[in-house]
Amino acid sequence: MVRYVPLTAKERFTALQSGEIDMLSRNTTWTLTRDTSLGLSFAGVNYYDGQGFLVQKNLGVKSALELDGASVCIQAGTTTELNLADYFRLHGMKYSAVVFDTSDQTREGFESARCDILTSDQSQLYAIRSKMADPSSAVVMPEVISKEPLGPVVRQGDDAWFNIVKWTLYALVNAEEMGVTAANAKDMSMGKNPGIKRLLGTEGDAGMKLGLSADWALNAITQVGNYGEMFERNVGPNTPLAISRGLNALWNKGGLQYAPPVR
Amino acid sequence: MADPIKTQGTSNQTKTAIWNDPTFRSIAFQVLAILVIGWFFYFIFDNTLTNRAKSGVTTGFAFLNSTSGFGILMTLIDYDETHTYFDTFIVGLLNTLLVSVMGIILATILGFAMGIARLSQNWLIAKIATVYVETLRNIPLLLQIFFWYSLLRTLPGPKQSYVPWDNVFLNARGLYFPSPIPESGFGLVTTAFVIAIVVSFYIIRWAHKRQDETGQPFPSILTALGLVIGLPSLAFVAAGMPLSFDYPVLKTFNYQGGMRIIPELMALWWALSLYTAAFIAEIVRAGILAVSHGQTEAARALGVRNGPTLRLVIIPQAMRVIIPPLTSQYLNLTKNSSLATAIGYPDLVGVFMGTTLNQSGQAVEIVGMTMAVYLVMSLTISAFINWFNAKMSLVER
Repeated sequence: MVRYVPLTAKERFTALQSGEIDMLSRNTTWTLTRDTSLGLSFAGVNYYDGQGFLVQKNLGVKSALELDGASVCIQAGTTTELNLADYFRLHGMKYSAVVFDTSDQTREGFESARCDILTSDQSQLYAIRSKMADPSSAVVMPEVISKEPLGPVVRQGDDAWFNIVKWTLYALVNAEEMGVTAANAKDMSMGKNPGIKRLLGTEGDAGMKLGLSADWALNAITQVGNYGEMFERNVGPNTPLAISRGLNALWNKGGLQYAPPVR
Repeated sequence: MADPIKTQGTSNQTKTAIWNDPTFRSIAFQVLAILVIGWFFYFIFDNTLTNRAKSGVTTGFAFLNSTSGFGILMTLIDYDETHTYFDTFIVGLLNTLLVSVMGIILATILGFAMGIARLSQNWLIAKIATVYVETLRNIPLLLQIFFWYSLLRTLPGPKQSYVPWDNVFLNARGLYFPSPIPESGFGLVTTAFVIAIVVSFYIIRWAHKRQDETGQPFPSILTALGLVIGLPSLAFVAAGMPLSFDYPVLKTFNYQGGMRIIPELMALWWALSLYTAAFIAEIVRAGILAVSHGQTEAARALGVRNGPTLRLVIIPQAMRVIIPPLTSQYLNLTKNSSLATAIGYPDLVGVFMGTTLNQSGQAVEIVGMTMAVYLVMSLTISAFINWFNAKMSLVER
């Protein structure tokens, strides 16, 4: 049984540290400080994101470098605040940051002309724009000002759990690479390809080494699909967010998603 | 003469066993209670430290010296993202103090006005005050903050600003107005101002003394007011008006230059003041009603007019009833100011316990520091009002 606990950006690390939750799976950026000083471990990257800007169309701004003096709506407690400061400092520009607790409040601030621009991870910007009363009044700027690798996070001190989270993610990415989907996983496990059979547990003892049953990956894939299926279902072109794969395509399709082999 | 009951008591004490002795019992139980509480807190403290060390979380206050790396919307001191986490603490603290002090002043003025208005003979004024009190104190403060904030958000963007006065602009980003810049020679005006205040202080004292001795009143307040306004104005003209203004100018996105009050501050300030004023109004009304009507009648019988009756007879006596509950309203207002984070006003909770906590991850230290600050602030207000209360209380001769 999975129990989902909704958390704000401010509460998330404390909830994980204190054991209220066992895995943090939301748009949390992997950074050195978070990996070293919070007693947490990042298990991998399930979405390569980058910070961008959402701008009111009527301002006629073409590039992020024209934003000197702008008011910026941000959500509190994110790496976004730091990247924004770095970016404006680097280009010798000034800004005034209006910091809200939740993503919805930042959107309201942006819609009511409290800010000229709204900054967040690009995936989030599309989500925010789709919720606006008039989505066509705002544009996402082409500039990406930071690297935001997002992924699941676990507490330090339980390496077995850390491995399970990490390899479940890799199994889903490997599944896409091998063409294993929720629909065909059962049949594929009976097929000839030894790599697929190892992944799905009909050959080798990968599951046992993780302390799980042999069909661990098969279960995961039949329940939620492979990485690509998850992407299409939740954020892909046919969803309201309409995000293309981009950096999140598989490594052999020009993206960055690359999983170590199950062997 | 020996007290028979007392003698009986002492003779009993020699007979009872030590664990039946009430004095010994009460002390023993208190010591035990202190030990249990002490152990409990030590256990929590030790447990936290051990577990944090075990899970690899950095502890200690060294993080306060690291560069913060984020900007803050409104700062009363010089601050940018190259400053330290400790500076973010100071920025947050000052912003909290600012809104608390502004709130206390406005709430007191409004509260006293509404409290007195509720007792007015004028039906309309009394009813307006009643509606005010009953409405505002029965709506949750957080909703009121949201209400004012959403109201301010309906203002137009910078390019369509309202211009209520020359060089004053009102838009969704706040209220912009020219900021005065003192030039050389302005020191004369400041000096004149200080002199005027000192002189007024002595005039008021002298007037009091004279009235006590001879009964001759002297318009000391008016004189003082004239001095405080007149003397610096004279100096200002004499020095050749050494003051220029920095005007807000519309740039690409916002007005730059001049001074600005952000809408978050306005919304929070109004909500806190209006809400607390409703409670203060009730306290003031209760205080005035606590003074027996005989006092008013006595003053009338002596031929004292309405104004002085209220000012010299009723209010001084009512203050003794008003001040103690007023303290808790001030404390409430200060603590309620932490609701600022809901609308993004950069107060201590928003900046330090929000962004700083998140960027540094030092939850225990930061929450501890923040709680300590509110505790110290509350105790200071409390101590000040207690002192004031002692000063105002009935002097018994």
